[in-house]
Amino acid sequence: MSANGFSAARADDMAGEARPGGGPAAPLLAIDDLRVDFHQGRRVVRAVDGLGYEVRRATTVALIGESGSGKTVSSRAIMGLLPSTAHVRGSIRFEGQELVGLPDQKLRRLRGGEIAMVFQDPSRSLNPTMRIGAQIVETIQMHGDMARPAALDRAVELMELVRLPAARERLRQYPHQLSGGMRQRVMIAIALAAGPKLLIADEATTALDVTTQAQIMELLHDLQRRLGMALIMISHDLGLAASFADEVLVMYAGRAVEHAPTRKLFAEVRMPYTRALLDAIPRLENPPHATLAAVPGQPPDLAAEHVGCPFAPRCPDAGDRCRTEAPPFAEQEPGHLWACWHPCGVEATAP
Amino acid sequence: MSGDPDMGNAGGAGGIGNTGGAGRPTAAGADGPAAADQPLLEVRDVVQEFTIRDLGGSKAGTVHAVSGVSFSLAAGETLGLVGETGSGKSTLARALLQAPPPRSGSVRLRGVELVGLRRRRLTEARRQMQMVFQDPFSSLDPTWRVGDLVAEPLVAFKVGTAAQRRGRVEELLDRVGLDPARYIDRRPRELSGGQAQRVAIARALALDPALIIYDEAVSSLDVLIRAQVLNLLERLRTELDLAYLFIAHDLALVKQVSDRVAVMYLGKLVELGPAEAMYRRPLHPYTVALLASIPSPDPTIPPEPVGTAIQGEPPSPIDPPSGCRFRTRCPHAQDICAAEEPLLRELADGHLAACHFPVTTDESAPAAATEPAAS
Repeated sequence: MSANGFSAARADDMAGEARPGGGPAAPLLAIDDLRVDFHQGRRVVRAVDGLGYEVRRATTVALIGESGSGKTVSSRAIMGLLPSTAHVRGSIRFEGQELVGLPDQKLRRLRGGEIAMVFQDPSRSLNPTMRIGAQIVETIQMHGDMARPAALDRAVELMELVRLPAARERLRQYPHQLSGGMRQRVMIAIALAAGPKLLIADEATTALDVTTQAQIMELLHDLQRRLGMALIMISHDLGLAASFADEVLVMYAGRAVEHAPTRKLFAEVRMPYTRALLDAIPRLENPPHATLAAVPGQPPDLAAEHVGCPFAPRCPDAGDRCRTEAPPFAEQEPGHLWACWHPCGVEATAP
Repeated sequence: MSGDPDMGNAGGAGGIGNTGGAGRPTAAGADGPAAADQPLLEVRDVVQEFTIRDLGGSKAGTVHAVSGVSFSLAAGETLGLVGETGSGKSTLARALLQAPPPRSGSVRLRGVELVGLRRRRLTEARRQMQMVFQDPFSSLDPTWRVGDLVAEPLVAFKVGTAAQRRGRVEELLDRVGLDPARYIDRRPRELSGGQAQRVAIARALALDPALIIYDEAVSSLDVLIRAQVLNLLERLRTELDLAYLFIAHDLALVKQVSDRVAVMYLGKLVELGPAEAMYRRPLHPYTVALLASIPSPDPTIPPEPVGTAIQGEPPSPIDPPSGCRFRTRCPHAQDICAAEEPLLRELADGHLAACHFPVTTDESAPAAATEPAAS
């Protein structure tokens, strides 16, 4: 847990979460120096490159980044859902138990049980030939010893929990009879079947319409609070993170580049990449035809050997040091971690 | 530009053109000087429907995809078209291009009626109206090289010699920010999503169109790449004096690029007006709901309290609700909304809405739902 003094000095920031001094409660999930490589012939793609963060119980952490930033790969590593071409190193501890290298059989018990995941496309995650009820019941019975009538009642309960109207009648429906938003509600019901302590939502609302997205985010947020789950919300949308997350972790090129409680992050953006992401969002307040502040270039090739800060080639503030020496990702202000030699809004005299 | 008075007068007396006429096409493809007050594109009462058949082949229903949409677009103007899945916005775009032609209604490009136009003259007219789609990788042939992809419209219309076309392709690639020397011989799979979309844009520009329709053209790009492409679109628009019909589901995105914004719901235009007014003083409850659904990248603004998000999902376009199609989800719906279809009418300067109880909004609180003003 070397670079991760995060939980120690951050108690003051969380609304209503002030923890009196002394030993902080153990985090639910602690990821340390996680590395995921994909071997493609002679190429090695470093999809996750030394990622570290913690998730405390009953909190929401948003992982923000663009395609290829490693946010999805790193969370699939938590679930043990990576293909066999992936080489996973480092540490992922869930309630103190190391998950990296855990035999598949043990991991399977955690997966869908203690840790559950909701994906972007519900129509691909649901079996089109099975009735909704059967799919929920299957998951309930897989993770608990429950007779069918009781499991059916539990299924109805779960469907009501995710606010699916006419739950009992819907048990007999097939996925194609539901709208996209309803299918995603079914996926959430299935994810909740075993009462997980951690729910990972991987772009769970990206494919949905805006008004449906608002409903599903609101539902996830409400469930997270009511059930006391922790939620890792993977998104490319800083707007969603601002509205629903307690903490935001920004990723770039497989690394964490900034991590802070949400309000702090948005009030005091330090990493120029985070700044660039924020400035590139079209806003209703902008006048029509306003030019967006767009950084040039593209994310780096993860198979290429690079030195220095991975964002340096695109960074408006990059200096010589940025191109030769990678800045450490460390807690630079209480509760605020970043990896940058020239952070925004910090005087150059800072160490 | 934002104050064009003659747009979308579905209810009132349109000041321009004769919608009732036989729609006889005049000089197809002529891009001679049009009357100054003639809009570039004029769309009147466009209806697009699809018959669905059951397994036996008998008619099982009709999808009312677009139900009487009217608007016009001036040269050099950007009209944003926003709507959710099933709102009919993409079907409408295709109906404008006559691919396939609408069931009824009129689409005039520089005064030339496109509906019912013969194939050759239609092809000629289409030069002026190009389209860029969401996924460049499915609209660009993966086996072709970038240079050939961009040259293809020039070859199809027999423009110039091979050498002239090569020069034009290089110029176009340069214009969209791709170094010709590096990219001209690449194939689509060797491009990133943003680069491939630039190629699709270069291709759309090849024939010097007056209007480009973007159908969710930046929606699947990552945020930084999307900003680059949006800025490119703005630059091209001013440099080449292009008009855009910019279709997307994201109202913030649409508002950013548009002079005026049209909102579609279940095949109908529900609101049309200047972009700024749309955001500051939305008139239709659906627009208010769309605005409220946009998460703000400012955590000091608390998320909408639980239960305020608009409930439900759009009904099926096979059997749309009577009267106002939004009434089944509308917080202000009354009996009249089921009985009588609200017409799109001008309620403020150039600002139209189709609602029996348009929302009055405080200037300073753009996204707050307020009591409807009975009118």
